[in-house]
Amino acid sequence: MSAVRDHLSAAKVYRVLAVLFLIAAPHLPRLPLWASALVIAMGIWRALAAQRTWPMPGALLRNLLAGLALVGIWTQYQTLNGHHAGVALLVVMLAMKLTEMTTRRDYLVVIYLSYFLLITHFLFSQEMIMLLLMFAGALAITSVLIEVNHPQGILPLKRNLRLSGTLMLQAVPLMLIFFVLFPRIPGPLWGIPTDAGAGMTGLSDSMEPGMISELGMSDAVAFRVRFDAEAPPRSELYWRGPVFEYFNGRSWLPGPGSDLPMREQIEFEGPPTVYEMQLEPHGKRWLLALDLPRGPLPEGTSMGRDLVLRHKWDVIDKKLYRLASGTRYNVDSEASERYRQHLLSLPQASNPQTREMVLSWKAQDDAPQAIIATALQHFADQPFHYTLRPPLLMNQHSIDQFVFETRRGFCEHYASAFTFMMRAAGIPARVVTGYQGAERNGDYYIVRQSDAHAWSEVWLDGRGWVRIDPTAAVAPERVELGLGGALPAGEPIPGLARLSRGTLVQLQLRWDQVNAAWNRWVLAYGPELQQNLMAALGMSGLRALLIALTVLTLSSLLIVNLLVARAHQSELERDPVQRIWRRFLGKLKRAGLAPQPSEGPIDLSQRIARQAPKLAGDAERISQLYVRLRYASRQTDPALLKRFRQRVRAFPSRAG
Amino acid sequence: MDKPARPPHNRALTHSLPSRMSDRIASILTSASEIILGKPDVLKLSLSCLLAQGHLLIEDVPGVGKTTLAQTLAHLLGLQYRRIQFTSDLLPADIGGVSVFDKDSGQFRFQPGPVFCQVLLADEINRASPKTQSALLEAMEEGQVTSDGETRKLPQPFFVIATQNPLDQIGTFALPESQLDRFLMRLSLGYPSHQAEKELLLGQSRRELLLQQGNVLSDGDVLDLQSQVGGITASPALIDYILALVNASRSHARVALGLSPRSGLALKRAAQAWALIDGRKAVVPEDVQAVFPHVAGHRLQLNSGDDSGVATLIKELLADVAIP
Repeated sequence: MSAVRDHLSAAKVYRVLAVLFLIAAPHLPRLPLWASALVIAMGIWRALAAQRTWPMPGALLRNLLAGLALVGIWTQYQTLNGHHAGVALLVVMLAMKLTEMTTRRDYLVVIYLSYFLLITHFLFSQEMIMLLLMFAGALAITSVLIEVNHPQGILPLKRNLRLSGTLMLQAVPLMLIFFVLFPRIPGPLWGIPTDAGAGMTGLSDSMEPGMISELGMSDAVAFRVRFDAEAPPRSELYWRGPVFEYFNGRSWLPGPGSDLPMREQIEFEGPPTVYEMQLEPHGKRWLLALDLPRGPLPEGTSMGRDLVLRHKWDVIDKKLYRLASGTRYNVDSEASERYRQHLLSLPQASNPQTREMVLSWKAQDDAPQAIIATALQHFADQPFHYTLRPPLLMNQHSIDQFVFETRRGFCEHYASAFTFMMRAAGIPARVVTGYQGAERNGDYYIVRQSDAHAWSEVWLDGRGWVRIDPTAAVAPERVELGLGGALPAGEPIPGLARLSRGTLVQLQLRWDQVNAAWNRWVLAYGPELQQNLMAALGMSGLRALLIALTVLTLSSLLIVNLLVARAHQSELERDPVQRIWRRFLGKLKRAGLAPQPSEGPIDLSQRIARQAPKLAGDAERISQLYVRLRYASRQTDPALLKRFRQRVRAFPSRAG
Repeated sequence: MDKPARPPHNRALTHSLPSRMSDRIASILTSASEIILGKPDVLKLSLSCLLAQGHLLIEDVPGVGKTTLAQTLAHLLGLQYRRIQFTSDLLPADIGGVSVFDKDSGQFRFQPGPVFCQVLLADEINRASPKTQSALLEAMEEGQVTSDGETRKLPQPFFVIATQNPLDQIGTFALPESQLDRFLMRLSLGYPSHQAEKELLLGQSRRELLLQQGNVLSDGDVLDLQSQVGGITASPALIDYILALVNASRSHARVALGLSPRSGLALKRAAQAWALIDGRKAVVPEDVQAVFPHVAGHRLQLNSGDDSGVATLIKELLADVAIP
């Protein structure tokens, strides 16, 4: 097979390779090892082909490799769809394309594909830092594009960057228009498949001992919140997340039908607390809310029987929503007999010691209030410890083991044990998970994964659901001061939960402020906000949006066109000879002697002599003057120019 | 406004040359066209190639008057003419000359080869081996011949007309692109028109006719004209046009190898010579258009690798590229 000839200079090839590597590099760790190796090998082959004029792979080898890569990706991901497989396919095929990059056309294909590859980074991260990287990437690709197209070949780096920077800046208005107006599709984008939620941290849809204490080690932001008025006191900041109503002896799980529509009537005391939530994606449906949300719910959300706010779809991108909550409430509803039974159910014969103890309390005083008080007193009096590193509960009766043996636990241990006790005493109860507390940062509050918490809710006749936090009985500091204040000395505390702050932490908090603004103003701009904006501008619905988009696109094209025409115009105005000549050509056109763009002045005057002999003399003289002015001299002779202008002005002369 | 008396078809648009010289150029072309019938363009292009100090490649079938063209030019310009028939066993020494031992003086004496002339017809250049071809090309490029370690200047002016037969495929060595580039222009004579051929058959032998005409110029005059070519003005506006053509050839989809900067220089020089023959002091776009097909034709390479589309492509380029 004959080697493909390489018409491109080595310097250009290196630049394309460098830019491409820059753009593909963040993807490489995500690819299977063989694919990364193939990509790098293809790049090296192309570089050697340019440097040492090695032959590039022939068509047979190329096709074979491409086929194998396709099969490889299919085997790896079981699909070619989805953003992991799709990006892998794109990166690998782009690398293969390098080895057939010989003509200008191939070059352009590679460059345009690079732009596309650049966008795919957004599928994996939408942080602000990524935006900066994308700008740098786009700048680099544009500079290579300029190199390929510029008639002068490779420009000095500074000039090139200035040119590509100008091009990028010119695109910014268009970018802003599209950002605001491009229709946002409600719900998960069809292109984002189920694996999008993988690897997100957050509360889980079941609760086992040890689960929340794991979260407690994480500094990651769970959500940010901005109160319209004063924030409620810290001890009231219970952020409601998933609720668990079914206990299988080890784990707490959601009850059947807990997401059925809420029927409870809730009465709130005091003025509502209004706030704006910026929720980080966690891959599940629930939306965190200050216990309990009241008033109009955000679009696309509903409250279930467990009083949890849920979105229509899994939360896989950042969500911005406004809510009003009341921290003092009275749930006025009569739980149906069946529902109540369900909230009392416990696995048979589990944790007999705890049951026995609870029954002995009940024998003393069977008023629910008294049982609750006894249980909390029990946690407070007995040597229970609050710790992020509880011993493992391996026993079949894990609650017995915790209550009577280890007595060291994190909030989920206490919530689980307390809820179990309540049910054993015949009081309907459930476990609520969520977050407790918040950390002030400027004008908003951060809630981190380390603020994850679990507590109990008991049903009291006449009062409805009442929140009981058994952790507060063991370690009241947890609620007053947060995790850092509640853990015993010597335990490792996640950096940002500590009470004392270093410079590094301050910097991190500053950076979080920047990110919060980015989330609030850019990322959270979704379908709801877009619709609100459009409605405020007097347009509603997708149709109006499309009309607006079309009008704006057309008008910006028109503006660009006018600008280009003006730039062209000004070039003509700099050269009076050309301006006058164009006027002459315009007159000829009106006389039906339209000149061709490739027709020179002498040919033109000869054609006029043939087609319109009457004009021949004038046209001849004008052409002569034009040739003398434009082609025969380097400096314009003013007298000659004057004559030229007069002749053209007088053309066509009746006298001639 | 103006006196309508002036003659409308005066081609000498700008300052004219010393009329003696321009008359004589005109008379060369007139005399030559009495011998080479019906090919005024080829004559004018050949002359401008010579004046631009370039060399000419003629690609044509045998018997259309290549030899006559070379002889005519040489005779009218008062130049010394030689011809080499290239064959596959021709050696470099057969062109440049060889040192032979002189018994009388007991020394080697250089016997100059046929290349020591002023107009050289290299007939069927592609029949010779690459080694021999390159010996000729060195002479064309350097204007000198090196033999036995001694460099000898060729007479001035030195003009090569090489021919190659396009139909020949067996036993030929095609000139590589880099060597084609040494020729300023490539022309093809083509069959004469019906009228011209009839006249040819009715008339005298061309060679006899030629002998009846005297020399119009001397080699000194030719050198003088050659030195004037560089003085013909090529304004920035005209250079823009040349650049536009060259760039258009580079970015054209069907072109594999566009015109090099050297091609741009060749184009400028050929157009200057053409303007000189037309009696102008400055180059106009029409001059560029006149020489462009013959300067660019053998320098362009299409993606298809096939030469037949070049003429169409050149027409397209000339029609599409606007004069700036």
